[in-house]
Amino acid sequence: MTLIAIKILMISIFAGMLGSILGLGGGIIVTPALTLLFGVDIKYAIGASLISVIATSSGSAVAYIKDKITNIRVGMFLEIGTTTGAITGAFLGGIITPNYLYVIFGIFLLYSAIVMLKKRHDELPENVPLHPIAKKLRLNGEYYDKALQKNVVYNADNVYGGLGVMYGAGIMSGLLGIGSGSFKVMAMDVFMKLPLKVSSATSNFMMGVTAAASAGVYLLRGDIDPKIAAPVALGVLTGSTIGARVMQNLKSKTIRKIFIPILMYVSIQMIIKGLVGR
Amino acid sequence: MDESKIGDVEIIISKSLRIGVILSAVTILVGLLMFLSSGNSGYPGNSYPTTLTAIIKGLLLLKPYGIIMTGLLILISTPVFRVGVSIIVFFKEKDYLYVKITALVFAILLFSFMLGKVG
Repeated sequence: MTLIAIKILMISIFAGMLGSILGLGGGIIVTPALTLLFGVDIKYAIGASLISVIATSSGSAVAYIKDKITNIRVGMFLEIGTTTGAITGAFLGGIITPNYLYVIFGIFLLYSAIVMLKKRHDELPENVPLHPIAKKLRLNGEYYDKALQKNVVYNADNVYGGLGVMYGAGIMSGLLGIGSGSFKVMAMDVFMKLPLKVSSATSNFMMGVTAAASAGVYLLRGDIDPKIAAPVALGVLTGSTIGARVMQNLKSKTIRKIFIPILMYVSIQMIIKGLVGR
Repeated sequence: MDESKIGDVEIIISKSLRIGVILSAVTILVGLLMFLSSGNSGYPGNSYPTTLTAIIKGLLLLKPYGIIMTGLLILISTPVFRVGVSIIVFFKEKDYLYVKITALVFAILLFSFMLGKVG
């Protein structure tokens, strides 16, 4: 028992580090690791992965917010999209089969990965106009980039596009429960043209809120098993605290290099899932 | 002056998250260590408490699974608590536009919690 707990803890530390660096929440590692390596039932694995998302979000946010990498206003504003999307997703779940949505979202994600691939050599977004709504909401900001050793001042563009993709991310988390982290990063990086580090940190910040709503339901339903969730929570909290410090010293180009293949993997997995139907 | 305002919001929200993270981590760790050292979860078979009252009762009786579930509950509530704290902070900063935005998010969250209980 102790040995299994230690193994889960180690994997969770890794998941927390990767999740906090990329803004993805760590569910892509925790869920397959628990089901494939430890033979955990998928429903408890999803319960534990929700715990992992919340732990990554809160664990990394402590450092990211203090160091001003997270843009709190962007996060708060876009949460309108993710939370309403999550409710829409919960309703849609009772009406339609999610197969088509898997395919549509998968293709969209693949397209985004290609857009991202095109700007793999850009360290920071340049000549971004300040969208009038972004100006009103004061979504622009600045942070100190430890890798570049300089202050980065940035604008926010295409607020409506970003909010729309966030609504889609919310539908995904309400309906499918996977991949919504990658949508959040895309919404801010590709659409609103925020720096990648700001997109990743703000995605992590936002993710905890939507996951908390689902996790509450899972817990009451009895799908959060303490002997699995406890080592996951402790590992991910540790990993995300480390990851939030590591990420600040990485170049955005490096982060993008890790991010793009994962994004492609997730999008292809979604398309296949939609076509094959589970 | 705008700068210092944003700074205060950030410090308070970051602190509120840190309190939640440390409190939940310590609670989960204590419960897990008790469970692993004694091999006894405090509950029959593979069962564990899943309602609020059962979890609190388990905590008060110092049952390992009751303590772990309390820690997980604190972890889950932290982001919601963070949204609540943000409303107060924005209000204190007289940033009424963001008071509205954050309050709206909070209301939607509570609504989805209720939906979850019904469905």
